[in-house]
Amino acid sequence: MTQLIENRYALTVHPVPAVFLAGMFPWFLGAALADAAYAQSFHIQWNNFASWLIIGGLVFGGIALLFAIVDLFRAYQRARGIVPYTVVLLATWVLGIINALIHARDAWASMPLGLILSVIVAVLACAAIWLGFRTPHIRGAK
Amino acid sequence: MKHASLLAVIPLAAAAGICLAQGQPSQVGPTPELPKPEQGLLPDMVIAKPADWGDKMPTVPEGYKISAIAKDLKIPRQTLVLPNGDILVAEGRGGNAPKLKPKDVIAGIIKARGTSSVKGGNRLTLLRDADGDGTYSASTFAENLDAPYGLALIDNKLYVANQGALVRFDYQPGQTRASGPPETVTELPSEINHHWTKALAASADGQHLYVGIGSNSNITERGMDVEADRARIWQINARTGEHKVYATGLRNPTALTIEPGSGQLWAVVNERDELGPNLVPDYLTAVQAGAFYGWPYSYWGQNIDDRVRPQNPDKVAAAIKPDYSLGAHVAALGVDFSSEAMGAKFANGVFVGEHGSWNRSDPVGYKVVFVPFRDGRPSGPPQDFVAGFRDSDGTTRGRPVGVTVDPKGALIVADDLANVIWRITPTSEAGAGAGKGPGTGTGTGTGKGTGTGTGTGTGTGSGSSPSAAPPPSSAPSSGPAPSPGSPQQPAAAPQ
Repeated sequence: MTQLIENRYALTVHPVPAVFLAGMFPWFLGAALADAAYAQSFHIQWNNFASWLIIGGLVFGGIALLFAIVDLFRAYQRARGIVPYTVVLLATWVLGIINALIHARDAWASMPLGLILSVIVAVLACAAIWLGFRTPHIRGAK
Repeated sequence: MKHASLLAVIPLAAAAGICLAQGQPSQVGPTPELPKPEQGLLPDMVIAKPADWGDKMPTVPEGYKISAIAKDLKIPRQTLVLPNGDILVAEGRGGNAPKLKPKDVIAGIIKARGTSSVKGGNRLTLLRDADGDGTYSASTFAENLDAPYGLALIDNKLYVANQGALVRFDYQPGQTRASGPPETVTELPSEINHHWTKALAASADGQHLYVGIGSNSNITERGMDVEADRARIWQINARTGEHKVYATGLRNPTALTIEPGSGQLWAVVNERDELGPNLVPDYLTAVQAGAFYGWPYSYWGQNIDDRVRPQNPDKVAAAIKPDYSLGAHVAALGVDFSSEAMGAKFANGVFVGEHGSWNRSDPVGYKVVFVPFRDGRPSGPPQDFVAGFRDSDGTTRGRPVGVTVDPKGALIVADDLANVIWRITPTSEAGAGAGKGPGTGTGTGTGKGTGTGTGTGTGTGSGSSPSAAPPPSSAPSSGPAPSPGSPQQPAAAPQ
């Protein structure tokens, strides 16, 4: 009985959402750096890079978000800390979508708002990953 | 929280978009109202829903009739009326612009829904009305071209502006098929070809050809490097193929024509998108040699476009205003000067083919308009000449492109959605009206700007120029009333 309870709680994130959660950060960081490079150089290719990197971050973050939301709605897996984690992850993702739309504007029209948003999204992504890895994963369901 | 305030912006922006679509500023004429640029999170996109014509027809003013003289073409764009009355049609679809951003992928899929799915023909089709009854038979004049667009005839040379080169065929009157492959006059800028159409007009003296070369982006989003040699009009020596830059800063000069009499070059130009529903007006302008028209740094004179980096204040200061706004996003793709033969009401001015908007919640264009002229300048608001291409529910049966005035008294309109050539003629009553009209035809030397050089100019102009001078009674028409405009009494065309 005791053993069973210990097995349900694990202080590690499940590897599948962990990959997507952590994997989102390099995309968003890359987007922020590419935006900075565009702002410095006016070289349009950096703007193109940023646009695609944001899409990559949204795909990874979106999959992690799906896992978080599913866990949130399954009472037995609702570990302490999952609510703030999900909220921050959701905020990251929604801002990321807005940032993608801003980056769809032509040329300098995506600036400077695009750069500001990219930095905010990268920081939020970092926070979401931090919170996500602190939230215990609850195994099993009976 | 930053994100909270940004989220609140979305419904606000949507509401603002709706308000602006309702209150439309006066946008046509020499001094259009230019609202502040606006950029929402999502662009306004309303795409045409293609449909068959069935038994419907485009609408024309009273006293005119319309018929389809060719069907099942392969993306007809521009037409040229030859001295013997044959009509050449350039068919094709060009461009090889790579998709650089996620936005390009998505927008490409959406915009393609509003166009024909037919593959471009890359050919010239010749239409001939052998017995003058208004029905035309089609045959292929030349094939294996590369997205041909602009057409012009100088003496016995037929010039075709492919998307990558200006080529010429030998042409003898009455010829129905090219005698061989064309000879290249000069290469044209073709890298990327975001705006691929190469508009063409022959100078009145037959010495030069003008070629319109569109920009390689909406507003430099493909980088500045690829804009070298773009957004300009070249003047090409017809004999040697050498070129010089005639005018610059014209974002996408999609059609060129020569004003009869004065020999002045005119253009319709498509301006930039994504600054809101009422920016930036597409325009009609007399092209001044050596002038800079603003793109990309500014629009309509000194209105700076903040999307361009680095900016260039010197170029902004040098930019001149175009002559006449046709309205934002109408997508003017055809222009030609009218003649007496079109009837008095539409004798003095230009016809403009408007392909229609995609970047606007309340679509505009999708028609052929007539811009009246007086003393060689636009003198009033555009009037609908051919309409009914698009219903208010978005059902779209056709999209006009090139327009050409047949000196015999007809307007030829290419439709690249229905893949049809339309021919609009004055009925005999309208022709009578034409004869009694003002009777003071301003310069009607050549019937058709594009394509009538020195040799052919007098021939094609003869339909209208002599008739303008003598009193109406001298007109040779067999109609019920003197009708210099329409020497032919076109039978009711089949349709």
